[in-house]
Amino acid sequence: MLQIIRSPQVFDVVVIGSGAGGGTAVKVLTDRGFNVALLEAGPMLHPEKDFKEHVAPYDVDHRGAGAHAELYMGRGRPFGYFQAPNGYWEIPGEPYTVAEGSQWQWFRSRILGGRTNHYGRISLRFADYDFQPEDGLSDPWPVTYAEMSPWYDKAEGFMGVTGTKEGLRTAPDGNFLPPIPPRVHETLIQRACGKLNIPCVPSRMAMLTKPLNGRAACHYCGQCGRGCRTASAFTSSQAMIFPAMETGKVTVINGAMARQLIAKDGKVSAVSYIEKSTRTEKQIRCRAVVVAASCCESARLLLNSKIANSSGQVGRNLTDSTGYAMTGYIPALSGLPRHNADGIGGMHLYIPWWLYGDKGKDFPRGYHIELGGGFDMPQLGTFAGQCARHEGYGKALKQKIREEYGAFVHFSGRGEMIPNRNSWCEIDPEKVDAYGIPVLRFHFKWSDHEIRQVKHMEDTFASIIETMGGQVVGAKPDPTRAISTGGTIIHEAGTAKMGKDPATSVLNSYCQSHDVKNLFVTDAAPFVSQPDKNVTLSIVAFSWRASEYLAEEMRKGNV
Amino acid sequence: MSEPISRRDWMTRLAAGAALVTAAEAQHAHESVAREKHQAGSYQPKALTPHEYATLEKLSDLIIPADEHSPGALEAGAASFIDFLCSLNTDLRDIFTGGLLWLDTAAEGGEAGKTFLESGPADQTALLDKIAFRKNAAVWPELDPGIQFFAFCRRLVADAYYTTPTGYKEVGYMGNSGMAHFSVPKEALDYALKRSNLV
Repeated sequence: MLQIIRSPQVFDVVVIGSGAGGGTAVKVLTDRGFNVALLEAGPMLHPEKDFKEHVAPYDVDHRGAGAHAELYMGRGRPFGYFQAPNGYWEIPGEPYTVAEGSQWQWFRSRILGGRTNHYGRISLRFADYDFQPEDGLSDPWPVTYAEMSPWYDKAEGFMGVTGTKEGLRTAPDGNFLPPIPPRVHETLIQRACGKLNIPCVPSRMAMLTKPLNGRAACHYCGQCGRGCRTASAFTSSQAMIFPAMETGKVTVINGAMARQLIAKDGKVSAVSYIEKSTRTEKQIRCRAVVVAASCCESARLLLNSKIANSSGQVGRNLTDSTGYAMTGYIPALSGLPRHNADGIGGMHLYIPWWLYGDKGKDFPRGYHIELGGGFDMPQLGTFAGQCARHEGYGKALKQKIREEYGAFVHFSGRGEMIPNRNSWCEIDPEKVDAYGIPVLRFHFKWSDHEIRQVKHMEDTFASIIETMGGQVVGAKPDPTRAISTGGTIIHEAGTAKMGKDPATSVLNSYCQSHDVKNLFVTDAAPFVSQPDKNVTLSIVAFSWRASEYLAEEMRKGNV
Repeated sequence: MSEPISRRDWMTRLAAGAALVTAAEAQHAHESVAREKHQAGSYQPKALTPHEYATLEKLSDLIIPADEHSPGALEAGAASFIDFLCSLNTDLRDIFTGGLLWLDTAAEGGEAGKTFLESGPADQTALLDKIAFRKNAAVWPELDPGIQFFAFCRRLVADAYYTTPTGYKEVGYMGNSGMAHFSVPKEALDYALKRSNLV
C-alpha cells in the first residue's frame, strides 16, 4: 500500500511557490510571527555560485556556447548562458500539451525566487481605468486604483523602484527612488518622441539607485538579468525569503512539487506534494494555504485538487502580453565616442501608453514601449546580424562592425490582451507528468484586437526610427505573423480571477477563495485583465494586501 | 588612490554593502580575471586534423584580418576556440570538417591537386568572393554548400574574435566594471546630437 508521510507539525500557513507572490507572502506572514512552510519545486538558490555576474565570455572556456556547444545547435539556455538560473521552456519529466489549432509556450521556473531572479524589473502601476475599464470589453476588478495605491506604495517602498512623477493617467506615479540618466541613444529617442508628441520618461525599474532596507545601491554593471549578488536588483529570494529564513519562522522545502490541496470540512487541512528526489508523496498540515505557484501552475493545482472551482472559472481567462519588436540603425550614433554605457540592466527611459481615449485608433486598450541599444557587452551572436546583412569578409566587414557597434536601437511593444473564450487551460485527461500529476492542456488565440494593436506598434516604431534619421533593420515584420507566440512574453494572468460574485469568479478582492476561506492565490492568476503594465509589481502589491488580510483573519480566528 | 583590490575582495565588499569601489579599483578587479584562454601558436587542435586546423586559421585570417586598428582573428586565436567548440559537439565538428573539405575540393576545381591553402592568395579570395554572398547561389547552384558553410563559419569567426579582450578593444567596449554613479560623457552626447536632426 502507498505510504504517505505526514508532517507531525501543523504550520500556520503553507506557501506554494517562491516567486514574487510567494516571497511576499513569506515576508509578510513571518514578519507577523506566523510559522510558514514554503514549498518550492526547484532547488535552493546560491547567489555566490549561481549568479554569473561580471563574468566575461572569455572567462569561460565555451564563452557561453554551453558545455556541449549547444548554442550553435539551437539548444542554448533560455536568455543565454550567463542569465540567472531562472527556468525553462521544456522541463524533462514535466510536459504540458497544447490543443490542436492553438499556439502556446509555457515558461516555468524551478528555483528559489522563481522568475524574480532574472526578470526585467519593470515596475508599472496599473491605472484607474485598468481596474475599472470604461469600454466594457472585460470585467471590472473588485478593487479600485484608490484602494490599491497604498499597497503599491508599500511594494515600491520595499522593492525600491526608480522613476519620476509625470502626472500621466496612463502611468500613475509612485513612491520612487531617483531615476538614472538616459544613455545617448535614449536621449535621441526621447527627442524624436518629443517631435511626435509621444511621452518618453525615466524608466520605473526595481533597481536601487540608493541603498534600501540593507541592500546596497546599484553598481551599474548593467547585468541585472544575470542575477545580482548585492541584491541591488529586486528578487523575492534575496530581498524577502533569505531574511525570512534568518528569523527561523520559515521552513523551506525544496524539490517539492505540490500535487493536491487536501480539504476537510470545507477548508484546506494539508498540502500533498511529491518529493522529487525520492518520488514519494508527503503531506504537510496547515491552518491556511497561499498558492503562488505561477498563474498556470496554480490553476493546475486547484483543478487537480477539485477545489475552489464552483464558478467553473479556474483555468479560464488566460492572457499574456502582446509582444512585437523592431530594430533601427541610427547613423547619428555611428562612431559614437566610446564610454561605459552599462548603467542599470535594461532601459533608462521608457514610453508609457499615450493614446488613452483616442477615438482615431482601431483597437481597444494600449501598450507601452521598452527601449534597447547602447554599448552592450559583446557576446556570442552579438554581431551575427551584421555578418548576415553585410556578408562578405575582410577589412570591409570588420570596419562595418566597428562603425555600427552601439548604433542600433531596439523597440519592444508590450500590450494588453483582452481575455477571450479561446484562451484557457484545463487538465489534459490523457497525460500525467513524471510524478504522476495530471498535466495542463492549453488553448490560446489572439483576437483581431491584438493584431491591430501590433500593427499600430509597427507604424509607431518605424516613425520613431525615421524621425531619428535612421532605417528599420530588415523587412518590417508582418504583424499577423510577428506578434509574439502566446506565453512567450511570460506575463500569464487570469486563471483564477477575482470578482465580487462567487458565481463568476474564483477569488474575492483579497485573493481569498470564495469557496474555501483558508485558501488564497497570490500570483497573477487572480488578475481580471492583463493591463499594458508588467505584472510583477502588482503581484507584490496584491500579495502583500492578501497576506496582511490573511494574518488579520487568522488573528481574529476567522481562518 | 586606494590599493588595488582583487575581484573576490571587490565582490565581498559590494556584498557587504560597503562604500562603493572606485572605477579604477573595479577596472583592476575586472582585468585581473581578463585573460585570453586561447593564444594562437601554442594550441593543439582537439577536434580537427592539423590540415583542417591550418585551413580554418587561414579562413579566420581572411574573414577578420589584422588592420591598422587592431590584430585580427588569427592573432586572437579564433580557430582554436572553434576547434574547442567542435570537440564539444560532433554535429558542429561535422559542419566544419565537411565545409573545410568542400573548400579543398572547390579549390581543386581551379587547379588540380591543390588544396585551398595551396591555391594561393588570388585563388583563395576569388573563391571567397563567390561564396561570401547568398545571392551567388542563384548564379552557381553548385556553390550552395560552400555558401552555407561560409556564412556559418563567418558567424563563428566573428563570435570567436569579438568575445576576446582583443575583440573588445577593437569595438571599444568599456563596460563590465562597477561604477559608483552612472553618467554619460558630454562629448558623446554632443557628438550624436550634432549628427542628428534632433538638436
